[in-house]
Amino acid sequence: MLKTKTRGAFSFQVGIAIFLTVALLIVVIPFWRVIVTAFIPLDVYTREGVPFFLSPTEWTGEAFKQLMTHSQFPRALWNSVVITVLGVAISMTLTIPLAYGLSTRDMPGRKLIMGIILFTYLFSPGLIPVYLLITGMKLTNNYLSIILPPAVSVYNTLIMTSFFEELPVELKEAARLDGANEFQVLRHVILPLSKPILLTIGLFYAVYFWNQFFTPLLYLNKNELLPLPVLLRNILISSSLNEYVEYNAFSTSAVESLKAAGVLITMIPMLLVYPWIQRYFTKGTLVGGVKE
Amino acid sequence: MTVKTTPAIVSTAEISSVKLWWRSIWRVRWMYLLMAPTLIYFVVFKYGPLWNAQIAFKDFKPLLGVTGSPWVGFQHFETFINSYYFSELMVNTIFFSLAKLLLGLPLAVIMAIALHETWLVRFRTFVQTTIYLPHFLSWVVMFGVLLVLLSPANGLINDIIEKFGGEPIPFLTSPAHFRWVVVLSDIWKETGWSTILYLAALLGINPDLYEAAAVDGASPLQRIRYISLPGIVPVIVLVTLLRMGHILEAGFNQIFVLYSVPVYSVGDILDTWVYRQGLLQFEFSLATAVGFFKGAIGLVLILVANRVAKRLAQQSLW
Repeated sequence: MLKTKTRGAFSFQVGIAIFLTVALLIVVIPFWRVIVTAFIPLDVYTREGVPFFLSPTEWTGEAFKQLMTHSQFPRALWNSVVITVLGVAISMTLTIPLAYGLSTRDMPGRKLIMGIILFTYLFSPGLIPVYLLITGMKLTNNYLSIILPPAVSVYNTLIMTSFFEELPVELKEAARLDGANEFQVLRHVILPLSKPILLTIGLFYAVYFWNQFFTPLLYLNKNELLPLPVLLRNILISSSLNEYVEYNAFSTSAVESLKAAGVLITMIPMLLVYPWIQRYFTKGTLVGGVKE
Repeated sequence: MTVKTTPAIVSTAEISSVKLWWRSIWRVRWMYLLMAPTLIYFVVFKYGPLWNAQIAFKDFKPLLGVTGSPWVGFQHFETFINSYYFSELMVNTIFFSLAKLLLGLPLAVIMAIALHETWLVRFRTFVQTTIYLPHFLSWVVMFGVLLVLLSPANGLINDIIEKFGGEPIPFLTSPAHFRWVVVLSDIWKETGWSTILYLAALLGINPDLYEAAAVDGASPLQRIRYISLPGIVPVIVLVTLLRMGHILEAGFNQIFVLYSVPVYSVGDILDTWVYRQGLLQFEFSLATAVGFFKGAIGLVLILVANRVAKRLAQQSLW
């Protein structure tokens, strides 16, 4: 922004700063409350409920210990990691070639393929037909049941396509003249130049698979297969926690603390990857869909 | 895939063009091979369900299978449209979509403009990083966050209400409040992330315009009114149209996690109903008909939206 140093501009800046601070607080305070609730010791909780601030000496990781020492929680965490890694791998392997093909303007049949793909984006008959397909293929209790149906997102494919379209055609042409086939062009020319889009789309898929809870609920009915969000949901809506954690009269943390700790454990992997990849999508790799 | 078949008999005059056509295909054979797995994937996992969707027009019996079940025409559609829950589901669905759009969009535009205007560069980056974050969280996590805020026992909001002498409100199970919990929690989660499109548009505005305005002594508000806003109107139009095209998508995951029996009457949307009717009551055909109905309306709306976008903003949605 241009800095015109008049008094009006200055008070305007103060107003903007206050507005943004309020917005920031509205986002941060709920998370703060979750954190305090997760770390509160049982005696403080029974004495005064959840205070807004907790004195630095009172923080305790008891709730986390209780969750992680029960067999279900660590296993669900591991399941979520497996689903996410497998899901991203399959999604990227299927999405990249499609996006690359669609970005090749002179490929015969490009329009047809685009039409076939766009139609599935524009018209979806809903949940039941997919359910019949998955159960018909006997994929129940198999991670493929929750990975395959959403494996290729048309939206993500189109973002990636428009990124590939922006790459200089000369590079591809040169590689082809040197006798490279399409696999080699993609592998040695296109992909090394596409790190920002690969990370962005990879993150989108990772978030999607990590957050999935409805389809696992539908297709996985063995306890040992459940991913973290499903377990967390069970914990959040259950009145008796002892199914999922060591919870009884001797529990050293409050029910609320266990729930809040579960929320934080489910969030943490996102919090770890997110700032690291975030800088790529602020640089405008994302706006492919809406070009100026 | 299908384009690879050549006509068996061709007249001599056509030979050269067929040959050319064949050559152009042969030239990109590796590309087709590369795309083949994804295209097969689309046939099985995206067109497979479309094939199964025919049970919307059949009386589906699991033992007879999708193809073996008898046709019944539009019977299920009629049952649905004439049922008492039709208007309730439509009202709830459209209410959620419209409320989220009408409250969320202006807020996102204001936030984007504020982020764009501020001189505090580091602060801006920090605010951006923070407000994008909720978008990446699962609705299950959000449910946990909402419990910590809204629980009648120890929720932050209810603590505050009690401090001012009020009675705690069971927000998540009270029909009077549930709708607003849904709308506001969605706005809390998504508004930050949706500023990204408007910010990109603001950054695309020619800086000369702002310079000229500064020379002419324009106030900050005039600058926003006459440069920033007109600069992002096309994006606002596009987003609005796209959202109108998806007006029947009211947020299945969110409502599925948040709702419970006491608030069905104000919270139930088409998608949640399809789930319950289809997979809990085993009314496969009726539920598929409702899903099909929703998909068909969605298709028409999005095609109309695209036409309007082309005319109004000279932009296509895809």
